[in-house]
Amino acid sequence: MSTTTVAHHDEHADHPTGIMRWLTTTNHKDIGTMYLTFALIMFLVGGSMILAIRAELFQPGLQLMNPDFFNQLIGVHALVMIFAALMPAATGFANWMIPLQIGAPDMALPRLNNWGFWLLPPAAILLTLPFTLALFGIGDGALATGWTFYPPLSVQGGIGVDFAIFSVHLLGISSVLGSINVIVTIFNMRAPGMTLMKMPMFVWGWLITAFLLIATIPVLAGAVTMLLTDRHFGTHFFDAAGGGDPILFQHLFWFFGHPEVYILLLPVWGFIPQILQTFSRKPMYGYKAQVYSFWGIGALSVIVWAHHFFTAGLPVPALLYFMYSTMAISLPLAVLFFCWIKTMWKGSMSFETPMLFTVGWVILFGIGGLTGLVLADVAADAQYHNSYFIVAHFHYTLFAGGIMGIMAGVYYWLPKMTGHMYNEKLGKTHFWLTAISFNLTFIPQFFLGLAGMPRRIPDYALQFAEFNMISTVSAFVLGLSQLLFVYIVITCVRGGKKASDQVWEGAQGLEWTLPSPPPYHSFTEQPVIK
Amino acid sequence: MTINAENGSSSLAEQRNLANKKLGFKLVWIVVGSIVFAFALVPLYDVLCTMTGLNGKTNSTATELKNAKVDNTRWVTVQFTSNVMPGLGWNFYPKQASIKLHPGQVETVLFEAKNITSQVVAGQAIPSVTPGIASGYLKKIECFCFTRQELKAGETKIMPLRFFVSPDLPSDVNEMTLSYAFFSADKR
Repeated sequence: MSTTTVAHHDEHADHPTGIMRWLTTTNHKDIGTMYLTFALIMFLVGGSMILAIRAELFQPGLQLMNPDFFNQLIGVHALVMIFAALMPAATGFANWMIPLQIGAPDMALPRLNNWGFWLLPPAAILLTLPFTLALFGIGDGALATGWTFYPPLSVQGGIGVDFAIFSVHLLGISSVLGSINVIVTIFNMRAPGMTLMKMPMFVWGWLITAFLLIATIPVLAGAVTMLLTDRHFGTHFFDAAGGGDPILFQHLFWFFGHPEVYILLLPVWGFIPQILQTFSRKPMYGYKAQVYSFWGIGALSVIVWAHHFFTAGLPVPALLYFMYSTMAISLPLAVLFFCWIKTMWKGSMSFETPMLFTVGWVILFGIGGLTGLVLADVAADAQYHNSYFIVAHFHYTLFAGGIMGIMAGVYYWLPKMTGHMYNEKLGKTHFWLTAISFNLTFIPQFFLGLAGMPRRIPDYALQFAEFNMISTVSAFVLGLSQLLFVYIVITCVRGGKKASDQVWEGAQGLEWTLPSPPPYHSFTEQPVIK
Repeated sequence: MTINAENGSSSLAEQRNLANKKLGFKLVWIVVGSIVFAFALVPLYDVLCTMTGLNGKTNSTATELKNAKVDNTRWVTVQFTSNVMPGLGWNFYPKQASIKLHPGQVETVLFEAKNITSQVVAGQAIPSVTPGIASGYLKKIECFCFTRQELKAGETKIMPLRFFVSPDLPSDVNEMTLSYAFFSADKR
């Protein structure tokens, strides 16, 4: 943990210093900072894993690693990025911003909050330890099933699967605790006059995310627990020989897994309209429509799971149902896109780094959504399932739609959190490097998928060589540009031009009424919203 | 909620803490409910599969042959395939690739299994019917898949299956495939 990074906040607060401050803190800003730092570190860990994979895929044939290690890398890359980078980053923002945006002195259950965070480092260690042990010749490495744990492979796998299962348990408990905290905070801690329909979109996004989390994470925990008992205690949940069914696991997993997509995205969908209205200098368009769309998407997200395994042999009526319900999600999503674009329409727009990331986000996430519509089509999915097309699709939704959205939020609120402006020039450079190299990494993968290159395989046919080469080179540019992001964040934390209270000319909301950085204990007397 | 007196503020804060804890515990019930739901899905899924034929599950105990009216106006082709799953040292295949029959007509088909290891090995066959919609209409009267099968070292065994296709079979289904996967049934 970087204990020095935020050390200048604490002039007027009585709390332990040094490492004990971070171990014992119940302050929402401290915990938020720890979540964000943890997410950034794990983002780099997960990123290095995928760069190793891209290096292997630079040329056809096996050059750098054996297929088993390759399989371990892809699974752990995904688990790290989803559970240890994106989700903690969103939770970090929840901790920092929800109390500030609703005028609460802190999160509702501060001790739970501390516990929720400190479950994460052990979970991350459990997830990555098998690699390290394998280097010393102990065990056979991490889970090699991909992040989805599909049986029968995961039932047969080595001890790495058990490590991952326990890691998922810890991560699950952590997210559930965090979500309970968010819901209680939002329901009980709002400032007088802050009605539900006056809450900022980010708070709305997190409220629905939190409900989805507490409803679906336990299903994942249950599914991996069944896997564990299948592996070690002779049960037959997923073992066809004993009357079980491997497809059942896919149902259970994706009952969690599909809402998970929206769990990752809803907080970001909350960032977007707030940033757009700030830099368009006009109120956001269609607040109510956006809130209802959030609810609509949240509700639809739990009834569409089987589109992740159209090719597993579902009966035709089920295929039709899941196809139409999946496509139905694009309706509320289209409402959101309309509102985002209309918010910018005829605004006096300026393009600081957060706005660049946000506008880029709207376009790239749009591509992610539209390619998802292709995959929702049962007939087309039969062709594209498990190809690089889907890899490119979900990186447009989760890297562009998730991580670039988080970065927009970082640039937007970092001056508020630290009290310093970041280096605008470097920020813009970071955006352009990220956006261009991201597209050059994943557009070739769309073509590879259309041409039939399967995912999760370390070798490929010669005809795919050029596109893979382009993709690998761009992936390295993309990865290295994130070091610039780390540099920008660190220099901004250390010092820089003093940020004003409002920071951005058009910024609206309670958090901008506080000084930058906000005092250690803010809103001890709650503001009254008219 | 303007707070004037010191003690007023502390009691208000206490009240709020209490309310927070209460709501927190209420939310824990949703979590508990979801865990129960996850485990309840296992039997529910089984019931759903048996009811709808999802996943091609067929009856795992013998069906009684009742008022079998043979529908001579229709022909149905039933194909047979077989798999031996990893961990079972057997050869296993159907003696005939397919059979043509009228709905309601009882037929016997034979499968041959051979233990190619030097030990006594037990196996369990798991059937599955494609298309799934037809699986409820393929009725087994007698099947080697109803029980565990044990073969001595090098033993060959002919395994019979007596079945019929229910005359209620939807009229657009004229062909179905019955697939058997033989799993090792020895304790690992």
